[in-house]
Amino acid sequence: MNALLSIISRDVRLAFRAGGEAFTLVLFFVMIAAVTPFAIGPDKVLLARIAPGLVWIAALLSMLLGLDRMFRADSEDGSLQLFRHAAVPLELVVAAKLIAHWLVTALPLIVATPILAVLLGLDPATWWATVLSLAAGTPALVAFGGIGAAVTVGLPRGGVLAAVLLVPLAIPVIIFGVGSIAGQTAGSAVLLLCALSLVTCAFSPFAAALALRAGED
Amino acid sequence: MSDAAPLKQPNWFSRLAHPGEFLRWSKPMLWPLGIATAMLFAIGLYMALFVSPGTSDNVGPTLRILYMHVPNAWLSQMVYAVMAVAALGTLIWRHPLADVANKAAAPLGAAFTALALYTGALWGRPTWGTFWEWDGRMTSTLVLLLIYLGIIALWRAFDDQLRAGRIVAVVTLVGAINIPIIKFSVDWWQTLHQGSSVLVSGGPRMAPEILATLLVMVVAFTLLFAMLQIVSIRTEIFRRRADAMSRQAAAGGRTA
Amino acid sequence: MIDFGPHAGFIIWTYLGVAILLAALIGYVAWDSRRVQDKLKALEARGVRRRSDRTATGG
Repeated sequence: MNALLSIISRDVRLAFRAGGEAFTLVLFFVMIAAVTPFAIGPDKVLLARIAPGLVWIAALLSMLLGLDRMFRADSEDGSLQLFRHAAVPLELVVAAKLIAHWLVTALPLIVATPILAVLLGLDPATWWATVLSLAAGTPALVAFGGIGAAVTVGLPRGGVLAAVLLVPLAIPVIIFGVGSIAGQTAGSAVLLLCALSLVTCAFSPFAAALALRAGED
Repeated sequence: MSDAAPLKQPNWFSRLAHPGEFLRWSKPMLWPLGIATAMLFAIGLYMALFVSPGTSDNVGPTLRILYMHVPNAWLSQMVYAVMAVAALGTLIWRHPLADVANKAAAPLGAAFTALALYTGALWGRPTWGTFWEWDGRMTSTLVLLLIYLGIIALWRAFDDQLRAGRIVAVVTLVGAINIPIIKFSVDWWQTLHQGSSVLVSGGPRMAPEILATLLVMVVAFTLLFAMLQIVSIRTEIFRRRADAMSRQAAAGGRTA
Repeated sequence: MIDFGPHAGFIIWTYLGVAILLAALIGYVAWDSRRVQDKLKALEARGVRRRSDRTATGG
């Protein structure tokens, strides 16, 4: 447990120290919402209707941008090798890094949603549903993203490839995420989303650790 | 060179596994396989165009398109199953040919999936009025194509193909586990948005000529995949040999 | 003549498209195989041998 917490706190501190990348991701997230009206017109009714989908797309894109930082820095400075031969299992290390990544990328996005709510004209009830769906669904995105990042850690331009691998896997998350915001089926969608997050978070550390070991052999 | 005990005869599995052995037993298969494939395609085409009725109760006058669509849709799934089994072979049994099989199958699977989408679109236009409809099956097939292309991109991103093998195997299996999840979520999404329901193959009411034609075409396409897969595996084995020899030549100059 | 029905164009384009793409696929597989075989022959002509060949004859 100590190892888990110390790795989490290490990653979080590193992330906030290294040039505030969390802030940049949040900025990107907000910008997508700010740019969309230029593309589709300032029709408030239309914007409010597509707002849930837009928030989720923005969240997905922001998570894709942040993927590379999960393992690459550690791979480059040799920490990954140390983790592989550490007393704690690699799976635990990966789990800790996934938690840290969620804290650093997803949580700021969730905190920033009020801005999007204002820009896109979301009413409070919908906004609250959006926050909950992001909270329930972003763990799944992080879990899938962790596998993609682990798979591409040794590759020079691995970040784009990780994003490409991640998008098909993220489709159910998007579907249930948006589905849990409005409509009659919102209830079942939330449950499915939570189930998806739980299952992916459970098996992602094992798949990612396997990929990390295969890559460094 | 003396051994304490005589070498064991290779059992059937290692004869399957060893690349040299594979090359040996696969070569005589190629011509018979090719001829069988060509014959089945000829028979299937004849049946599809002349024997089969032009229309059926379930499907209507676009029936003949189905004879091209169904085999490709079937293969798009089957080839991925082959890749998933190969991925298990790489990770669990460290089978030396498993990752080669995965690499060889990926572009084939992508091609059949693309054909499934193409024939599906051509079927859709007279049926729904548009070339594309976001219905459950077509959307899932599109996502499958994206997964295939991602795996191909992954293979090409690695310099060291041997290291790539295990990593691609992990990705293939993660994809395999998620494909049912994606299908389920896409169907859920599509009913949510009240998309049109697609009736592709009818139930037991299909006439025997139609069923027979479909069967012949499916087998013909499957044999085509088998042939292309074997040739691609052979090519990949030879390619790795050539690369190893090139590296050797570059490192140490000519060898005796 | 074959009864193609009212949607003849789509049916023909289906068969044509599949034929073209399958021909391209087969052609690519064949061309790739030929290319690798040529490379192997060129290497062997230069006198490069596989390590396993060497140890078998050299002991």
